[in-house]
Amino acid sequence: MNTIVLQAADWLSLFVHYASLSLLCVGGAITTAPDMHRFLVQEKAWLTDPQFSASIAIAQAAPGPNVLFTALMGWNVGLNAGGLWTAALGMVLCLGGIMLPSSVLVYLTAQWSHRNRDLRAVRAFKQGMAPLVVALLVATGWILATANGYAWANWPAWAVTLVTTLVVWRTRVHLLWLLGAGAVLGWFGWI
Amino acid sequence: MSSPSEALAAPLTARPKSLTDLFVSFTLLALQGFGGVLAVVQRELVENKRWMTKEEFIEEWAVAQIMPGPNVINLSITLGARYFGLRGALVALAGMLTFPLLVVLALALVYAQFAANPQVAGALHGMGAVAAGLITATGLKLSSALKRNVMGLALCVALGVAAFVTIAWLKLPLAWVLVVLGGIGCVTAYRKLAP
Repeated sequence: MNTIVLQAADWLSLFVHYASLSLLCVGGAITTAPDMHRFLVQEKAWLTDPQFSASIAIAQAAPGPNVLFTALMGWNVGLNAGGLWTAALGMVLCLGGIMLPSSVLVYLTAQWSHRNRDLRAVRAFKQGMAPLVVALLVATGWILATANGYAWANWPAWAVTLVTTLVVWRTRVHLLWLLGAGAVLGWFGWI
Repeated sequence: MSSPSEALAAPLTARPKSLTDLFVSFTLLALQGFGGVLAVVQRELVENKRWMTKEEFIEEWAVAQIMPGPNVINLSITLGARYFGLRGALVALAGMLTFPLLVVLALALVYAQFAANPQVAGALHGMGAVAAGLITATGLKLSSALKRNVMGLALCVALGVAAFVTIAWLKLPLAWVLVVLGGIGCVTAYRKLAP
């Protein structure tokens, strides 16, 4: 573990940086990860490259919202700066910063649009966006499935994705059985 | 006057019984969501608990998607606020984050020992392939709601295919796609909804 020293002003700038990214992360917090890398690893050297990558990998392997990768980054910065207490502080600052501005905005918008749900413009927005909502979900699935490129050697993983798609679409099998099956196939190196 | 989707939905949908019910439900949702919580949210809230219809889910998701911030977090805030106001939003958010945060920290603490294990890496790879299928299937399931869209099915399919191609194949920035294709959709829907 490398040791760094953070002053009060540094903790504040950590919070402010994440809070400023909050309103920029349209399409998920992960889209601002490159800027977090620039700030934490390159500019401030508060986090090493492997720590940065591990924070994202672990949060994606764990259940729950992917935004928790920001909590792990804050946790690791805090660990580098001292011990468990600073780690907890870093976690709260990063997660709080990335969520607070956008959450307040979303809450106000949700309340407003629910009160005005019969307004022609609100209904037009929701109806007009519906095809894109559906398409974005399918596109996300496609991007995840082809994350390792289009090489033909990936066909077993594509087959698993295709079978999962059909099973979930057409049946009511519990999703955890499917994830478990995927984990077993991967554990034995079959995909 | 209530909108058509609500009038249809009224006899079908239930709602969370209490703030505790909301917290427990969202905690369980989050803990089942490997590689993205959205598939689980759709399965549980729309198909099992019937807290909302497919159409309502798409509408809320459209707002959650277009707003800045993590999508699933935005959706939790929206749903919580809808049932119990500000308290509901905070409780749904707490449910989504509290236990998953503890799990992630626990994983981070043991990660160092298992990171190099090829079987663990393989299992994660396998779960990733399944997660890609879960999210695709969620989109396909919701697509049946487009049949009742005011723009008509043909235009919905055209906009959907264009959005898929520009995002998944051409990798254009999401903001541009939402502004251009979403703009076409919203203007068309606005004209069709003319009183």
